[in-house]
Amino acid sequence: MPDRAAPVLDVRDLQVVFRTRGGEVHAVNSVSFHLRPGELLGVVGESGSGKSVTMMSLLGLLPSPPAEIRGGEVLLGGRDLLKLDAESLRAVRGRRIGFVFQDPMTSLNPVFTIGNQIMEPLRAHMGMDRARATERAVELLELVGIPDARRRLGDYPHQFSGGMRQRVMIAIALACDPEVLIADEPTTALDVTIQAQIIELVKDLREKLGMAIIWITHDLGVIAGIADRVMVMYGGQVVEQGPVRALFADPRHPYTRALLQTIPALRGQRDRRLRVIEGQPPILSASPSACSFCPRCGHASNRCRVENPQRLPHDGLPTGQGHDSACHWAHSAEPAHA
Amino acid sequence: MLTFALRRLLMAVPTLLFISLVIFLLLELAPGDPVADMPLTIPPEVREKIRISLGLGEPMHVRYALWLYNLFVTEPSYWIDALFGTDLAQGSQRIISFQTRAPVFDTIAERMPQTLIVVGMGYVVGVLIALPIGIISAYRQYSVFDQIGTFISMVGFSVPTFVTGVMLIVVFSVWLGWFPSIYDTTLQVTDWPSFVKQMRQMVMPVFVLALYNAAQISRYMRASMLDNMTQDYVRTARAKGMSERVVILKHVLRNSMIPVVTVIALGVPGVFTGAIITENVFKVNGLGQQLLLSIQGNDAPMVLTISFIFAILIVLFNLIADLLYGLLDPRIRYD
Ligand SMILES: Nc1ncnc2c1ncn2[C@@H]1O[C@H](COP(=O)(O)OP(=O)(O)OP(=O)(O)O)[C@@H](O)[C@H]1O
Ligand SMILES: [Mg+2]
Repeated sequence: MPDRAAPVLDVRDLQVVFRTRGGEVHAVNSVSFHLRPGELLGVVGESGSGKSVTMMSLLGLLPSPPAEIRGGEVLLGGRDLLKLDAESLRAVRGRRIGFVFQDPMTSLNPVFTIGNQIMEPLRAHMGMDRARATERAVELLELVGIPDARRRLGDYPHQFSGGMRQRVMIAIALACDPEVLIADEPTTALDVTIQAQIIELVKDLREKLGMAIIWITHDLGVIAGIADRVMVMYGGQVVEQGPVRALFADPRHPYTRALLQTIPALRGQRDRRLRVIEGQPPILSASPSACSFCPRCGHASNRCRVENPQRLPHDGLPTGQGHDSACHWAHSAEPAHA
Repeated sequence: MLTFALRRLLMAVPTLLFISLVIFLLLELAPGDPVADMPLTIPPEVREKIRISLGLGEPMHVRYALWLYNLFVTEPSYWIDALFGTDLAQGSQRIISFQTRAPVFDTIAERMPQTLIVVGMGYVVGVLIALPIGIISAYRQYSVFDQIGTFISMVGFSVPTFVTGVMLIVVFSVWLGWFPSIYDTTLQVTDWPSFVKQMRQMVMPVFVLALYNAAQISRYMRASMLDNMTQDYVRTARAKGMSERVVILKHVLRNSMIPVVTVIALGVPGVFTGAIITENVFKVNGLGQQLLLSIQGNDAPMVLTISFIFAILIVLFNLIADLLYGLLDPRIRYD
């Protein structure tokens, strides 16, 4: 693992607010994280925790209005993407950062051929002519494991199955050899066997191409299998972050612990009942002044209700480099771990 | 696709026959007499002779059958004769107007060009201005442009063409004298000045129709664009680094056009029927005006034939709309 290499992507204090009719929604609150070359960062958190909004705001993909980026920096190779003009930002999208979205059924344009849609970024970013773009498109489809690639270039999305479409989406995202691939729940819409195939494919591609990956998912099982590091999000904040082994072996934040207890055990005692995290994830109308998890937390104290906890390290390394969490309880008594 | 089209055309035949029968019966049942307009000095027995000479002595079903036979056999043979110099028709009886005693299709052929030029142009211009307005309104939703567009299409849609038409005549013909208020059909376009004259007399009727059509179609275009702009594939296109131009004018527009093209195709026959009023306001002697004259004169053959042509157009453009849909949307298959 290239551990101390300079990060390709460094996000600092990102803040995103939606201005809606019902008032402001603070969807992302001071999120910081980084991604090293070739690393796979898993991002977990229940629905509405701000995972997608965080990633989309990196590339200015949120509709504005209502979205507004209130602050922070998104450094890609040292350049702040949030300060780029539209033109330069477009040169990053699809070229240096590739995106794969959740639903392969709706993410492809139904009226254009697959070939057309793969060739678009090749022609726009790489200045390829038709012939070269076609060759590269065939290459890409073969890379993501679509049989009979050349013939299938002329097919429309509806002629592909869900799994095959997601492969096409991956091919599109990887078309220009990006340094970073962001996959936003790429397997959620697929059935289990296909999910496993897509995960294998991404592992494989990572070996071959060496790009860094951000993988958003609800499925901690997937994360355990492929990620180098994990970032747990709750209420638009990073509540815990660390190397995958450390975090799974020794989760510190009560939310992370609760999440881990929601995974069904495949081996061992089957009769253990799955835990449900009671309550609803918050929708924040102001930047948080208390811990946003405290209404659902079994360890909440008075301090949790008046002071939003900061991310602090557990292993002496600077925050973000090692294992850290944002929890008063985890940091106060250094509680005994199960 | 060809077999689909043929099958649909075949299926349309009974529908059309039924429509023609209904129109025929309606005209039969309607009070009124084609000889009623003739001078009162004509004695009753002469009147009766005229009625018989018009074919009204025959029973209803014979007249209907005769009309059908003439429409599908006699008239086409006359057209073939005229085209190729053959003599298939051999002077047999054509469908004759009660009012003018001239063949119905001669009148239709005379009037068709005015309708096509003025009303057709009104539709084409309407579509051409509606599409960009719809696209821009959607892309800049709630902008000043969009608000003005919404207001104008509300006006265009809710104010009837005879009101806008008369208003235009009052302002531009009577007060300002820029455009003639009456359409001169005898005008032959031979040189530049006569072309300019033709353009000037077309401006107002075309504008009225264009406004009305654009009002509707621009709304469809806007709604369809808005529908598609929030789709996931649009986000994908942006994430690929496509320019706004490509995102909107390629990805969104191509999808948005599918329902709009259908609406445009379905609207074509409505152009002919809807033009009846505009043609009358501006005294354009097209098909619509003829239809109105014939209804007033109890001219059953003319009314029946023109209405039937409208019915054919409606069926035809329904089919065209379906075929276009299939051409534009790769997910649709005809088999
Ligand atoms: N267009 C919008 N307008 C207002 N609020 C929004 C909008 N999009 C997202 N949000 C808010 O942002 C919050 C985070 O949403 P986000 O989509 O990032 O969640 P997520 O973690 O990706 O969830 P999921 O796992 O369901 O994808 C949500 O609580 C939602 O209320
Ligand atoms: Mg999401």
